[in-house]
Amino acid sequence: MRDSPRLIDRVQVAKVAKRFGGERALAGVSLELTARSMCALLGHNGAGKTTLLGILSTLVRPSSGSVAYRAGGAGIAGEAVRRQIGMLAHASLCYSELTARENLALFAGLYDVDASAAALDAVLDRVGLEARARDRVARTYSRGMVQRLALARALLTKPSLLLLDEPFTGLDRGGAIALGAELAALRDAGAIVIVVTHDLEAIAGRADHVAILRRGSLVFEERGAYDYEQLKDLYHQHAN
Amino acid sequence: MSLLRQAARVAGKDLRIELRSREIVYTMAFFGGLLAVVYTFAFPQDKRAILGSVPGMLWVTIAFTGTIGLGRAFDRERENDTMRALLLAPVPRLAVFLGKAISIAVLVLAVAAVVAPLLALFLNAPLFAHPGPFVLVVVLGVLGFSVVGTVFAATLLKVRSRDVLLPVILYPLLIPLFVAGTETTAALVAERPDFAAAWYWIKFLGIYDAVFLVLSLWIFESLVIE
Amino acid sequence: MKRLVVPLFVLLSVVGLVASTFAVFTQTPLSVNFNEDGSLVGTSLFYNQKIFYFHVAHAFWLFGAVFVAGVCSILYLVKRSPKWDDIALASVEVAVAFGAVVLVTGSIWAKAAWDVWWNTEPRLTMSLLLWLILMGYVLVRRFAGPSADRIAAGMAIFGMVGVPFIYKMVGQDSHPAAGTKGVVATLDAGMRGPFWMCVATFLCWFIALVVYRVQGTRAERELRELRERGMDLGVLS
Repeated sequence: MRDSPRLIDRVQVAKVAKRFGGERALAGVSLELTARSMCALLGHNGAGKTTLLGILSTLVRPSSGSVAYRAGGAGIAGEAVRRQIGMLAHASLCYSELTARENLALFAGLYDVDASAAALDAVLDRVGLEARARDRVARTYSRGMVQRLALARALLTKPSLLLLDEPFTGLDRGGAIALGAELAALRDAGAIVIVVTHDLEAIAGRADHVAILRRGSLVFEERGAYDYEQLKDLYHQHAN
Repeated sequence: MSLLRQAARVAGKDLRIELRSREIVYTMAFFGGLLAVVYTFAFPQDKRAILGSVPGMLWVTIAFTGTIGLGRAFDRERENDTMRALLLAPVPRLAVFLGKAISIAVLVLAVAAVVAPLLALFLNAPLFAHPGPFVLVVVLGVLGFSVVGTVFAATLLKVRSRDVLLPVILYPLLIPLFVAGTETTAALVAERPDFAAAWYWIKFLGIYDAVFLVLSLWIFESLVIE
Repeated sequence: MKRLVVPLFVLLSVVGLVASTFAVFTQTPLSVNFNEDGSLVGTSLFYNQKIFYFHVAHAFWLFGAVFVAGVCSILYLVKRSPKWDDIALASVEVAVAFGAVVLVTGSIWAKAAWDVWWNTEPRLTMSLLLWLILMGYVLVRRFAGPSADRIAAGMAIFGMVGVPFIYKMVGQDSHPAAGTKGVVATLDAGMRGPFWMCVATFLCWFIALVVYRVQGTRAERELRELRERGMDLGVLS
């Protein structure tokens, strides 16, 4: 019988920098993320947002600095951290040649969570993927269905640290609102959510923490609620 | 062991996908068969020349079809960035490595199982005269190829010129493997088979595989995490 | 002090080169074979044999460079400090040049000794193979984009580990043997001195080139970091 998983409740980014060959992608970024918060990570293309997210997801090694993940006061690392991470990107992170159920069963196996048909169906219900599609290969899905599957994959493992890279791209207004609501619900349930996005309208009113990167440096960071107009102003002021 | 179980899960996923579409294995096998046909026209038909060149033909075919298979298998992982999903999972990254290497080895062996008989048939070459050592050397060769190939194909996943860089990196590094393969095959198809030489090269290949497997296990995570 | 390293080694190389050439042409025995009746054998190498001294000395450091690159690449992947990568890259680039010398001088020797510019003679093939691995490294650095340093390091390590296998693979051949029973150990006394002098000369030359290249890379990096600092402070745009 496994111990209950240790949920990440704090992430400390300390002076993280990253060089790729000759290029400097990130320069000494320090940031702290806490449970029950949603952080909007903003900035122009090339500002370093995706790199920072990569480092937070442990898929990119920082050139200097460190990231500390804490669960209930203790530090955790390695596979224990990855177990707590959920990721939603522009790509679906799912196999086109497998059905929705097969995709989820695969990841349930890799993450060692309940892979029973009931559990998988529960997640698919939650994201609203129609029952008829669940046994068709993902290649046959519409874009909206693919995105639902991707969200199901992210939620299946009940992550306490949710990383999202441009999740609103390609969604219509209704879809963006629904996703925003889902993320807010996850945040309220205790998760740490960090969203990289250009869609200020979708994130407005949801995020309670804003961080803006410019040319690899963190130029603005503040906790608080922002509406769309405020976000736009902040963005124009700091991201350029 | 959890590592092997998760590796089996990754390999199983790959093979299930491949079984469903059979795209990679068909194209590889067809290309391999085509090469065999090209050889029959391109090379002189006298027996001695054939016995001399058949080992090379077999292993060159394995090299070329294997590289295609490697490229295509990793193209699949690039399609929806699923490689990222695999590396993100709370399984040892070596499980991902072993899983991919195993699935690629199975694909290449499947194609070799088609190509070798074809070559033996078209060129009238006694490749299977001594099936035990012959199958052993092919298996060892394909395993070594898959291990080293997986390391670099995974590393090159996001690189733009990966299609041309993969052979540039792989072939020089794999030459001892291919030489061992051709020398063994040559020793086995000769009119008077040289078993001493064959076993020497099989042992050589076994050591090569073991050394490079250990090196790959050590180095995989450093190369694949940016 | 550091600025003197390169000029010092260049000077040593030049001195060594002059001394070695002198020694090779005056002190070493001429490669002639005589028939029983005292006439010269037509296939004697005469002065062509002297290229052996330069050829083998370069081959020595070709292999040395592969090991330097491999070890520095391991250190780079473990410690991630750019200086190891600098040395690995410089060693490979110099090794490519040395390798070209080995192949060309080997070809000249082959023509003189066996009347072919090339044959599939194993040791020449081994040098070619090493050279191809090194060229692959250079191509990867140029064309693999931002993560080229990591990928090339992997290649260098695999290449280094492969050297013993390449060596074993070569086996018996028509090439003069190496190793404890080989040519080097059984050199006549007259040949030994100049031979080692050549080896030492080209070591100095190798060090000079590598250090020069590393200094260049380091200067580029410092310049770039200064520029980034300036941009951060708003002084530069």
